[in-house]
Amino acid sequence: MDFPKEEFLAPGHRGCAGCGAALVVRLALKQSGKNTVVIAATGCLEVMTTPYPETAWEVPFIHVAFENAGAVASGVERALKAQGKEDVNVIAFGGDGGSVDIGLQSISGAMERGHNLTYICYDNEAYMNTGIQRSGATPWGASTTTSPSGSVSYGEDKPKKNMPMIMAAHGIPYIATASISYPEDFMQKVKKATETKGPAYIHINQPCTTGWGFEPAKTIEIGRLGVETGFWPLYEIENGEFRVTYRPTERKPVVEYLKSQKRFKHLGEDEVEKIQEYVDNQCEELGI
Amino acid sequence: MTTSVGCTIDKPGSTRVNKTGSWRTFKPILNKDKCVECDNCYIFCPEGSINQEYGIDYDFCKGCGICSNECPVNAIEMEIDN
Repeated sequence: MDFPKEEFLAPGHRGCAGCGAALVVRLALKQSGKNTVVIAATGCLEVMTTPYPETAWEVPFIHVAFENAGAVASGVERALKAQGKEDVNVIAFGGDGGSVDIGLQSISGAMERGHNLTYICYDNEAYMNTGIQRSGATPWGASTTTSPSGSVSYGEDKPKKNMPMIMAAHGIPYIATASISYPEDFMQKVKKATETKGPAYIHINQPCTTGWGFEPAKTIEIGRLGVETGFWPLYEIENGEFRVTYRPTERKPVVEYLKSQKRFKHLGEDEVEKIQEYVDNQCEELGI
Repeated sequence: MTTSVGCTIDKPGSTRVNKTGSWRTFKPILNKDKCVECDNCYIFCPEGSINQEYGIDYDFCKGCGICSNECPVNAIEMEIDN
C-alpha cells in the first residue's frame, strides 16, 4: 500500500513510548487528510496530545467532556453543513471508557440522528489514563486496579461489552472492527467510514504497554497475536452486509496471547480454557 | 479578535517544542545495507519519527523499539543511548 505521506499528529506528544493510541490517530489522519475536524472525549488521547499551552494536532481539534463526544461531533457536523461545508470529515475519537461506558448515550444519539460523521473508539480495555481501572470493555479474567487478581479473585468477572454489535443494532451504514497491527486494513476502513454518507463507527484494538504490562516494543506484536488467536476479530458491516476482512489461516491458541501480558499472567488452566471456549464460540459465530 | 471559551491553543503541532528524544534509553540504529524497504518501521512508529526514506528523527524518538521488533530482516538494532 502506498501510504499517504502527510502527518497530522505532531511528535512531542506525551504518549508513553510504544503507545498504540498515538498510532491509531496517526494512521486515521493520514487516511482522512487535512480536510478533517477532530473531536475527542476525555481520555489518554486528549491528555497526551494537548498539554496546555501546546497541542500535537495539526487539524482543528476540540476536546469535550467524557460523555459528550458524540453530541459535540453532531453539532460540529450540523454547523459545517449550515455553512455549506459538507465535504469536511468529522471524526470523533473516544477511548473505551469514553465510548463503551460514559459516552454511550451521546454516541447512540448521534448514530440515531444519522449525522454524517465517523466515530473511532480506541479500545485499550480499561481506564488507562487514570490508573488502569476496569471498564465495560475489559475482557473477562483481566487484572486491573479495580478488578485485581489475588487469592479470592481471578480478575475481571464480567464479559466484555460488545460495542460494535451495539452500534450495528442502530442500523447505521458502516461499522468495522480494526487493529493497529493491520494498518492497511484499518486505513481502508477509515476511508470507507469517511466516504459513507451518514454515521460510521470503527472499534479499534489498541494494546497498551502500561496497562496491559508488556515491553513497549511489543505493541504491534501483541495486537497481531490478538487477531491471529481469534481473540480480536476483524470485520466490517457495510449497509447491513457482514464481512470478515481478515481470517487467520490457522488460529493460534489463545494462551499465546494471554501469556504475553501481565494482566493475564495469573490465569490458571481452567480460566484459560474458559477464554479459549469463549474465543472458539465467537469465531464460530462470526465465521472465522 | 479571538474569543476563548475554555482553553484555546492557536499553534498547531506546538508539542514539537518538547523533544521527547530525551526520554530514550535505547536508540534504534538502522543498517541500510540490510533494509528491504518494507515500510514496517515507518508505518508502525507511534511518533511518526521515521520518514519514508527511513531517516530516524532522534529529537523525538522515545526508543520504544517497535521499529526494531517489526523489522523482518533485523536491520534495526537497539543500542544503549549514552
